[in-house]
Amino acid sequence: MDKRVTFKGWKLPVLLILPQALVTAIFFFWPAGQAIYQSAFIPDPFGLKSQFVGLGNFEYILSDPYYLASFKTTAVFSLLVTAVSMGVALWLALMADRIIKGSGTYRTFLIWPYAVAPAVAGVLWLFMFNPSVGIVSFYLDTIGYDWNHKLNGGEAMWLVVLASSWGRISYNFLFFLAGLQAVPRSVIEAAAIDGAHFWRRFWTIVFPLLSPTTFFLLVVNIVYAFFETFGVIHTITSGGPQQSTTILVYKVFSDGFVGQDLGSSAAQSVILLFLVGILTVIQFKFIEKRVHY
Amino acid sequence: MSGMVERTGKSVWLIHIGLMLGIAVVCFPIYLAFIASTVTQQDLVRPPMPLLPGDHFVENYTRALFSGVNAPVWKMLVNSMIMALGIAIGKIIISLMSAFAIVYFKFPFKGVFFWLIFMTLMLPVEVRIVPTYEVIAGFGMLNSYSGLILPLVASATATFLFRQFYMTIPDELAEAARVDGAKPMRFFFDILLPMSRTNIAALFVILFIYGWNQYLWPLLMTTDPEMNTIVMGIKQMFPSGDDLADWPVIMATALLAMLPPVLVVVFMQNLFIKGLVDTEK
Repeated sequence: MDKRVTFKGWKLPVLLILPQALVTAIFFFWPAGQAIYQSAFIPDPFGLKSQFVGLGNFEYILSDPYYLASFKTTAVFSLLVTAVSMGVALWLALMADRIIKGSGTYRTFLIWPYAVAPAVAGVLWLFMFNPSVGIVSFYLDTIGYDWNHKLNGGEAMWLVVLASSWGRISYNFLFFLAGLQAVPRSVIEAAAIDGAHFWRRFWTIVFPLLSPTTFFLLVVNIVYAFFETFGVIHTITSGGPQQSTTILVYKVFSDGFVGQDLGSSAAQSVILLFLVGILTVIQFKFIEKRVHY
Repeated sequence: MSGMVERTGKSVWLIHIGLMLGIAVVCFPIYLAFIASTVTQQDLVRPPMPLLPGDHFVENYTRALFSGVNAPVWKMLVNSMIMALGIAIGKIIISLMSAFAIVYFKFPFKGVFFWLIFMTLMLPVEVRIVPTYEVIAGFGMLNSYSGLILPLVASATATFLFRQFYMTIPDELAEAARVDGAKPMRFFFDILLPMSRTNIAALFVILFIYGWNQYLWPLLMTTDPEMNTIVMGIKQMFPSGDDLADWPVIMATALLAMLPPVLVVVFMQNLFIKGLVDTEK
């Protein structure tokens, strides 16, 4: 993948690439290498020397019930976030696609939550569901439901799922709307003339044509739920109650910085590294396909 | 024309109502936050909270901006602005240069450089926080702007994007420049940069939002409240234990924290959408 026409000389290009190469080496490869290196050691409690344990840290965390529970929590959390945010977004996009006048205005109103940081979204939702001042928990109470996400793990999970899905609706909406608008009108109108109703047209024509967008969003949203929702978890639940909302990224943080268990935290980083790698490969493979499509 | 596919009177109205309902649900959390930032603590501690704005807007925002809880919020806004601009501008500059080198030159170990940079596409900062923290601490860069900015500049998305864009520029332009005896950097500044204008602007919008909304990294890096960014500073405003949080000031801060990126999205909507689509490709 080179240009046919290139300039001569090697000093200039090396100089041009140097800033990025340096930043990448110092702040990326060095720490990433450290993570892999540290994952093979257990530092003594005073941090003076470390003992080599090989794959011991991995054996330890993979048999640690808390870590395995965190895997399950992450799976449940990311599936729920993906389903909620994509479901709502598709529903809104289907409606916005069917109107002609004013869809730009609706789009403006629907996309701006994208700009709200996950941590800020967390604070907003925490405020609504706060057991003592929250308006939603108040009205839940008047109909006889006692909401307290500080004690109830299931409620805590739903709250972080809702707060994480909320800003993500904008993103999914934009891509679904673009996907829907790319479906040729003629095909839909032909089906309409044949007497196919909206839902029948949707399942037999629109949805299959939308599947590349859907699959792309699926991967991107899972990556989002895995890594970018740290702010939501930290502001709303801090992983609790009883670790019921401790997703993998949160556990790397709490074991490494709060618990000072560096070996285990490094091993967890390495496992996450592999997970991101797999997701990235899936994403790239798919994007190639999308280009062909 | 389009009347064919059920766009007759009644169903159109149903759709408009459905969309407005959707917007109402999406905007409700922010509306509540705004109301909470205009009333007093007493109005909030006896739920249900009022649903119309109160008259303490100026008071709450002044209190947030100039005294805050741990540090005045204006200070946190300045920190966030420096961090977001630093990340966006830093990334764009180093990527424009490295993509130029990769596309328009042949040099030794080019393939190695290429792969080293593109491997960073894979690993978000969240995954390597502990060792990155140690590196920054080793350099004595805790509680500094360079410590906040540099680790987040180390990613290849922007380089990848500019490389893709340069590849679409016709070879004839570089050929003509070479025949005219133009130096490579002249070609870069006179032809490549002006042609990349829209791409740079779209990327800037995305990177600004990305930088502004960082949470975990500033949380680890800034132990001094004066260096807190606004997005991570909000959480620090909650009291530990069961003390009552100062909700009006916290909500005023939350709105101030979302204002700059939201304005960017709303007023640069087309660039934002272009940037979003470009960076995901």
